[in-house]
Amino acid sequence: MIEARGLTKVYGMPRDGAVSALRGAGERRRNAVREAGGFLAVDDVGFSVSAGEIFVIMGLSGSGKSTVLRMLNRLVEPTMGSLLVDGADLAALPQDELRQLRNRKINMVFQHFALLPHRRVRENAAYGLKVRQAPAKQRMERADWALRRVGLEQWADSYPHELSGGMKQRVGLARALATDAEILLMDEPFSALDPLIRRDMQELLLQLQSEDRRTIVFVTHDLNEAMRIGERIMVMRDGRVAQCATANEIISAPADDYVTEFVADVDRSRVLTAGNVLRPPLVTARCGESPVEVLKRLENVEMNGIFVLDETGRVVGVATDKALAGALRDGGTTVESCLGGDYHAVPADAPIVEFCDLAGRHTVPIAVVDADRRLLGVAPRAAILAALAVPKKVRHA
Amino acid sequence: MPELPIGDAVEKFTQFLQDHLGEAFDVFANVLMQLVDVVYTVLVAPHPLLLIAVLAVLAWLAGRRVTLVVFTVLAFLLVASMQLWVQTMQTLAVVLVAAVIAVAVGVPLGVWAARSSRVSMVIRPVLDFMQTLPVFVYLIPAVFLFGIGVVPGVVATTAFAVPPAVRLTQLGIRQVDAEVVEAAVAFGSRPWQVLREVQLPLALPSIMAGINQVIMMALSMVVIAGMVGAQGLGSVVVQSVTQLDIGKGFEGGLAVVILAIYLDRLTSAAGSRDLTRRRARRRAAEPDAPAQRDRMHEEVTVPLA
Ligand SMILES: Nc1ncnc2c1ncn2[C@@H]1O[C@H](COP(=O)(O)OP(=O)(O)OP(=O)(O)O)[C@@H](O)[C@H]1O
Ligand SMILES: [Mg+2]
Repeated sequence: MIEARGLTKVYGMPRDGAVSALRGAGERRRNAVREAGGFLAVDDVGFSVSAGEIFVIMGLSGSGKSTVLRMLNRLVEPTMGSLLVDGADLAALPQDELRQLRNRKINMVFQHFALLPHRRVRENAAYGLKVRQAPAKQRMERADWALRRVGLEQWADSYPHELSGGMKQRVGLARALATDAEILLMDEPFSALDPLIRRDMQELLLQLQSEDRRTIVFVTHDLNEAMRIGERIMVMRDGRVAQCATANEIISAPADDYVTEFVADVDRSRVLTAGNVLRPPLVTARCGESPVEVLKRLENVEMNGIFVLDETGRVVGVATDKALAGALRDGGTTVESCLGGDYHAVPADAPIVEFCDLAGRHTVPIAVVDADRRLLGVAPRAAILAALAVPKKVRHA
Repeated sequence: MPELPIGDAVEKFTQFLQDHLGEAFDVFANVLMQLVDVVYTVLVAPHPLLLIAVLAVLAWLAGRRVTLVVFTVLAFLLVASMQLWVQTMQTLAVVLVAAVIAVAVGVPLGVWAARSSRVSMVIRPVLDFMQTLPVFVYLIPAVFLFGIGVVPGVVATTAFAVPPAVRLTQLGIRQVDAEVVEAAVAFGSRPWQVLREVQLPLALPSIMAGINQVIMMALSMVVIAGMVGAQGLGSVVVQSVTQLDIGKGFEGGLAVVILAIYLDRLTSAAGSRDLTRRRARRRAAEPDAPAQRDRMHEEVTVPLA
């Protein structure tokens, strides 16, 4: 849907000058531009966003997030680089078609809502349709429809200043919904809202997104927000891409110290999953084995329980050492007769937060299973704790 | 110190204008004269009492405040009973024509200056110059080019009144929230759509303040214009000064003050009315539950500034 390659933006000097300063400067680009009197805000940024995806751009203040976002609809003209939207070269579009594109295909939601204070909520929601000169009746119907979707239908006749911040941003969303644009650019849309409202809005966005999938590019500097709504996240630093990956990958395998530090205070238990802490089980038992063999195996690793699997690897239960010893005494012949130990099984994509309180509760570690309950591995308590702990050297951050 | 013949140069330039563009100036003077005449004729056509009623209605429409209406009626009755009705209407006609021209010139210039920093750079010193130049100085070239009478008065008045229109329009447009303008562009608006639907409406309070100042400037100038033969309150004052007629001078001055207060209150009330109306609506909307709930959580709603 969106293909950006080599996007570069130099502020504060004419384009030709900027291009010649950049050419051949190699790694010294930043200084070369500064010496020429400009400022390199975005430096060779490339990424692609597929249709229906929520792509998050994250980074500290001044890292160039807004600039990248605004190059996607050419509110900011790129100094260099290519940008394809649905296969069409954005840079080549004449002004007229560019306006069409902004009106019909790429809409935007702003940090401070950017509503027209002298227009009613309904007229604000209908703004995009007004620009395309749709008939008044259709405009208003569509605006009402969009307002209904964000839960503001009874406020249609109010003015923006009568609304709270969260409601204003709902109008901002409705304005973008009403035009039916496929791509939504959102520049820190919820960061002016307080945490509770922000959460509501994130939920609203995810819900709208599940109803009709748009392609969303979402800028934020709130990590937990990024992790919550983003499918893939691009971390920016000083105008460059530090890492571009899924939330999980960024946390479990940060590309460098900067990213590590950056994600230090994210709620890791919501991002990391059972798959991240998966270990092969030390020992397992097969159906049909005798209690003696199994008990010996358990003693070797000093454990109190063991997963019993059938011939396809499915978990049938847990045999504890006590039960095994009892079976030995009573003359039981197979391990199946000793089942009955408690255990907890989770799928590989379950976030740690959902099961970490159960770790250590049973005689066996938490089982990680696939859809057929085949044992993929176990999530030992130590592994969970290690995954949740922030790497030591960035503790201070 | 070498002597720079700046005065000579200005004189020569004015002479040059008259020699080569004399006819154009005559046509211009004629048009202006006609304009002032038309406005004046309309103003004095109805009986003074009827016009006072009209002025009172305008006052009501602008501000919806009874005090302004009462003031209007009493003040203009006073003007009429001082036998200064005709002169006051002559002055009003000049002020209106000058103000309309000043706004027609100043507002577009202000818009232009707001959109281009280069234009703004050129215009700024010119405006400073125009505003600080002693007002009498405007009269000399005006008289030279247009002769004695009402026209140089209008021209000098207009020139004097343009700067605030430009300044406050430019300021108003520059102050419009950049994000709102950006939003309009991001939804595919053309530049003129952005101007018409976003920038001008949001700059309106500032522009209205500019118009208010234009009128005040015009009024202060129009008295001085009495010196070059423009009929009206100016000439009343000028005559009584030359004749040392204290009483008449005071009456003329009082009429000017009344006109000034009326025009000032009228335009400033019109400028702020939008705001008060919206506030009233906000109060009406307050008791609704969802807003309250939402607001309680929200300690800061970021202003659009
Ligand atoms: N119009 C401009 N002219 C000059 N410099 C600019 C302009 N816009 C942005 N910059 C600079 O470019 C850099 C990147 O700005 P940008 O707004 O893209 O950052 P950001 O990541 O969105 O930051 P924030 O989180 O503060 O919004 C900043 O250092 C900023 O000062
Ligand atoms: Mg930004």
